[in-house]
Amino acid sequence: MSENQNQVMKQEHAGFPWKQVIGLVLSLALTFLALWIAVGLSLPVHVTLTIIVGLAIFQAFIQLFMFMHVTEGTEPVHQVIGILFGIYVAFAVVAGTIWILAYTI
Amino acid sequence: MMDSLLSQKNKSTLPLEYSTEEGDLRIVGFWIFLAAELVLFGTLFGTYLVLQSHTAGGPNAHDLFEIGPVMAETIVLLVSSFTCGLSTMELRRHNNKGLIGWLIITILLGLVFVGLEANEFYTYAAHEGATLSTSAFLSGFFILLGTHGCHVSLGIVWIIGILLQLRKRGITPVTARKAFMVGLYWHFLDVVWIFIFTAVYLTGWVI
Repeated sequence: MSENQNQVMKQEHAGFPWKQVIGLVLSLALTFLALWIAVGLSLPVHVTLTIIVGLAIFQAFIQLFMFMHVTEGTEPVHQVIGILFGIYVAFAVVAGTIWILAYTI
Repeated sequence: MMDSLLSQKNKSTLPLEYSTEEGDLRIVGFWIFLAAELVLFGTLFGTYLVLQSHTAGGPNAHDLFEIGPVMAETIVLLVSSFTCGLSTMELRRHNNKGLIGWLIITILLGLVFVGLEANEFYTYAAHEGATLSTSAFLSGFFILLGTHGCHVSLGIVWIIGILLQLRKRGITPVTARKAFMVGLYWHFLDVVWIFIFTAVYLTGWVI
């Protein structure tokens, strides 16, 4: 773990910001892929929705790891647990609300 | 034993913003704040998604949303998240000029985003008669996007404050921690936008 972080630090100190550029390219690619799937293709609605939500979650994790350094710090487990709990509550709120109030499909 | 291991790890491998215990704790605290923000936006997303179909005879998502402006906003915000990531990288290199430069580019992109969003809202309200009180769908839409837009505007003001401190004091453990935290905030707003793009715009075009 600490060796890994060491390497990450060295990479960040040296030269070209590969991590950030890869993050940007992946984010843009995923955004346009999602747009194409939603607007360009005509898949069944629930299939499209599942795919684009999956792509959004993937893109959020790219931000979290490539830009936000979520696993950094003296005890990264604290913030990781905090964020995971936040994701859990937000997911429960959104999914629960839709399930209870919009369950007509 | 445990203590000595931790302090060794502290000093040798961690960036400046974690170098004091206070800075370290405040960054963890900021992550907890972001988790709470996530829940706040979760409630707004839940509300919007339920009310999406309640258009009350007013315009629906299909009538309103246009691909061009939406993609422009998305790309501007994604690129600003990238330039903000570059500012954190310059922070790690202890390059104050680079840090300030990338933060300025980030707020300029942020201003473009806020301008595009304001123009989008204006177009809806002035040309389509779609206002906050037109329908439950539009109430949910304006509240969700307005809350995000307010956060971005606040982020711009916050970054300007950090820029003034960086110019005056340079990179110290305190200003490094502040610059890192405002970066986290900015990336978080990009994460929220990714879900707005997906759940509001893409979903609106699909359904």
